[in-house]
Amino acid sequence: MSKFKLITKGLVKDNPTFVLLLGMCPTLATTTSAINGLSMGLATLFVLVLSNMAISLIAPVVPDKVHIPVYIVVIATFVTLLQFLMQAFVPSVYASLGLFIPLIVVNCIVLGRAEAFANKNSIVDSAFDGIGVGLGFTLSLTVIGIVREILGSGSIFGWKFLAGDGMLAFVMAPGAFLVLGYLMVLFNKFVAKK
Amino acid sequence: MEILLIIVSAIFVNNIVLAQFLGICPFLGVSNKLSTATGMSAAVCFVITLATLVTYLINKYLLLTLGLEFLQTIAFILVIAALVQMVEIVLKKVSPSLYQALGIFLPLITTNCAVLGVAINVVTKEFTFGQPAHMLGLGEAVLYAFATSLGYGLAMVLFSGLREHLALNNVPKAFRGVPIALITAGILAMAFMGFSGIA
Repeated sequence: MSKFKLITKGLVKDNPTFVLLLGMCPTLATTTSAINGLSMGLATLFVLVLSNMAISLIAPVVPDKVHIPVYIVVIATFVTLLQFLMQAFVPSVYASLGLFIPLIVVNCIVLGRAEAFANKNSIVDSAFDGIGVGLGFTLSLTVIGIVREILGSGSIFGWKFLAGDGMLAFVMAPGAFLVLGYLMVLFNKFVAKK
Repeated sequence: MEILLIIVSAIFVNNIVLAQFLGICPFLGVSNKLSTATGMSAAVCFVITLATLVTYLINKYLLLTLGLEFLQTIAFILVIAALVQMVEIVLKKVSPSLYQALGIFLPLITTNCAVLGVAINVVTKEFTFGQPAHMLGLGEAVLYAFATSLGYGLAMVLFSGLREHLALNNVPKAFRGVPIALITAGILAMAFMGFSGIA
């Protein structure tokens, strides 16, 4: 598969959120605004690319019986690295994403790509696969974040175009389920059936 | 009084699935049938309570005394993975019938973010429960974890009941499967928002 295809397939055809339904917890929890969704996507992208590369390197020497624990430790290492970097350079983003940064460890997208792709492909291909899937995840989270921010706070990326509060329910828990549900319906109707 | 507040707040007000978005994967994945949902909830309840007890002690007596708090994420996930394995082995020996009933759900729990989420939450966040904000003691932490997992079970059982009814209805094609489940969950979450004035 060409490098270009590796990147584009994660965006629509194998979109981790709308098609594969992976990583639902951060998708619902962190998309209260466009900027939060975007940051969460990029944080996951970071871990995904590094862990994919590391796992494609070590996969040949890891005994089959213990490969899952080994992969989880590798992923947890990169997540810890990410926590340090975010605390140092973007503490406000780290504070608003909170618990969901350490929880990237148990995000099934990361372990899923390690199992399904990185452990049997070259390091370069694995890196591109990580970028593709990570971008697909970032794109979906940003779109959900934009919709929820418009409906819930009447703003886009923090720029307010409506006076007043907007429909608060969309920033809170029910809005997350409803927006993702309806976006999935639109995706099924117009994108997936081609 | 405080005990009651912890229980009500963890089960209803801050429901782990419908208000905190933890453990969504099994919430959507195994909620098709009431019986499997109950089995999963029982397994999760068991592991969350046990994992919180063990990680709390490890954090307090090992990581904090040695100044290794930054290893929290790695240490906790390893403890949870080992614990799930151990629970599986012990159950197989001690109570084969319960082991049979929980079946495939046990290994899946390692990657259920509700377990790691609760374990990290109780050692890093300050809670109020009608008192000034404070870090939880061991007893409170375990009680909070147990009540949270009961809330998980409540959400699972309610949702799977709804989905059993949904399966009998004629749903428009684009809505079938996960989209209608998500919309149902949204309405359920709206109902749970009604509890937010209590505690």
